[in-house]
Amino acid sequence: MTAAAYNFAYLDEQTKRMIRRAILKGIAVPGYQVPFASREMPMPYGWGTGGVQVTAACLTPEDVLKVIDQGADDTTNAVSIRRFFQRTAGVAVTEDTGTATLIQTRHRIPETPLAEGQILVFQVPIPEPLRFLEPREPETRRMHALEDYGLMQVKLYEDIARHGAIATSYAYPVRVEGRYVMDPSPIPKFDNPKLADSPAIQLFGAGREQRIYALPPYTAVVSLDFDDHPFAATRADHPCHLCGATDSYLDEVIVDDQGGRMFVCSDTDHCRKQRPAP
Amino acid sequence: MYVAVKGGERAIENAHAFLAEVRRGDPAVPELSVAQIREQLALAVNRVMAEGSLYDPDLAALAIRQARGDLIEAVFLIRAYRTTIPRFGVSRPVETAAMACLRRISATFKDLPGGQVLGPTFDYSHRLLDVAPACGDAPVPPAPQAAPGDAPMPHVTGLLDRDGLIEPALPDDTAPPDLTREPLALPAARALRLQALARADEGFLLSLAYSTQRGYGRTHAFVGELRIGPVAVEMEIPELGFAVEIGEVELTECETVNQFTGSRSEPAQFTRGYGLVFGQTERKAIAMALVDRALRWRELGEDDTGAPAQDEEFVLSHCDNIQATGFLEHIKLPHYVDFQAELELIRRLRAEAQARAAEAAP
Repeated sequence: MTAAAYNFAYLDEQTKRMIRRAILKGIAVPGYQVPFASREMPMPYGWGTGGVQVTAACLTPEDVLKVIDQGADDTTNAVSIRRFFQRTAGVAVTEDTGTATLIQTRHRIPETPLAEGQILVFQVPIPEPLRFLEPREPETRRMHALEDYGLMQVKLYEDIARHGAIATSYAYPVRVEGRYVMDPSPIPKFDNPKLADSPAIQLFGAGREQRIYALPPYTAVVSLDFDDHPFAATRADHPCHLCGATDSYLDEVIVDDQGGRMFVCSDTDHCRKQRPAP
Repeated sequence: MYVAVKGGERAIENAHAFLAEVRRGDPAVPELSVAQIREQLALAVNRVMAEGSLYDPDLAALAIRQARGDLIEAVFLIRAYRTTIPRFGVSRPVETAAMACLRRISATFKDLPGGQVLGPTFDYSHRLLDVAPACGDAPVPPAPQAAPGDAPMPHVTGLLDRDGLIEPALPDDTAPPDLTREPLALPAARALRLQALARADEGFLLSLAYSTQRGYGRTHAFVGELRIGPVAVEMEIPELGFAVEIGEVELTECETVNQFTGSRSEPAQFTRGYGLVFGQTERKAIAMALVDRALRWRELGEDDTGAPAQDEEFVLSHCDNIQATGFLEHIKLPHYVDFQAELELIRRLRAEAQARAAEAAP
């Protein structure tokens, strides 16, 4: 099967149209999970099929694509997805956050602030923020419809009662425009503030769970918290070993079996730019 | 060191090359042909067609070879290919009563119109591993043949229906939903449930059906009838104004007759479970019929005993092996960003606890 046997960006035009309609609905109702007829993609469910479908529906031949996983352009799945679009859409690719017109990401928001005209596509495993409190879909849809978020408040309160803090460090729930509670995908809560008032369009695709949701530019996004336990973005308390940055999110790398560690930026593009020229 | 934790295009390329090499195996051993797989591993091919939702034995055989015999991986290849094919219409309902049965058995009647036809089955073989392999290509003697009977083989459930002993299956001309074109919405109509079960993982359905037999949502199933054979696929061609036969598929159909003593809303009569699967796939068809029947508790006014097989959302959300395997295996992907966030949280909580303990100490 050669790449030429497939339509631009793999999906046929009817499918892209169906996905675009879901995206438009998502943008019109920020934070609302829009069901869509997710297709089976040539990569496994759980490996970014939702993000890939959203990207495929948004790509034009003029786009410049960046794909990251864990903030890095060279992680295996980012390489695989980038190659998929190079092969099926022939679009230009980049590692430079500023140059990209469309960025597909798993688990991170780039450190470099996004700009108007850019689209950030998140891969989402479980789109339902209430799923682990209530496993049944008809019930969680009802809760969203009635703005019945008491269960979530109780969960957060119980965290504080038990641990003295909200024990959620990633996929930290947010409230969108004072209405829908939304799962921001498993980004570290360090990235949550970047969701709010972003000039870029942020799209969320969950392939296996057949849901798309969106944050239009300049949307109010608030991380759930309590007045006496305000939300705080956290990161490892170290500078980056490679670039010295003290304001970026860090990966911890184990360097020996004696407890040796080093901390490096998870955003490889950002880290490279912070480093002095060799 | 830092480089070692990151992926890298060359590593991926090399992994692909390594995979290609081990997939082929020892080059001194001749490569399997697609035709060999199609003819000699036909039941594997059937399973891949059924769960891949695509009736094409050659493509299924090709997928099995490419997947190194991993049938779920082969199903995945077929599914991914299938999505790229445009859907151009809906066939008429296939007429399984007109099936040219290779096998047709009933466990509820000793004899019946059309008779019991055993067909090619493992059922009556002793499972003795044949350690003396057929050396070389000694031809298999042809099986004895009877003249093809032209007696009709009516459905057993139809015979029971004549006497009002089984719930009627009323015709329904509603256009069937398409799970592959619409997002799954719950609660699901029976047609949608059956569609999901027909492409569900055989192992998952087998275990669920078995659980109903052991008492978790028991439905007292008899195999009213199991039939296997080719049926014609017909399609209405709008320009012509009539239906034409566009092909033939082999199907396994299982109708269970389930004991039922009546409920608040229904008189005592037998009820039905239904399984229909591509190819010769008996285990799957029977399991499907049992699970179908267990899922019908609400419609028949039975009690919800909380059994997994009665829980539509549980069954439909977890029966697809391509969804399941993808999500299961995705935890192999890097998660160091999330894990780092958890590390920070745990370190902080531990530090706070230690500080509190130090304060409390005299």
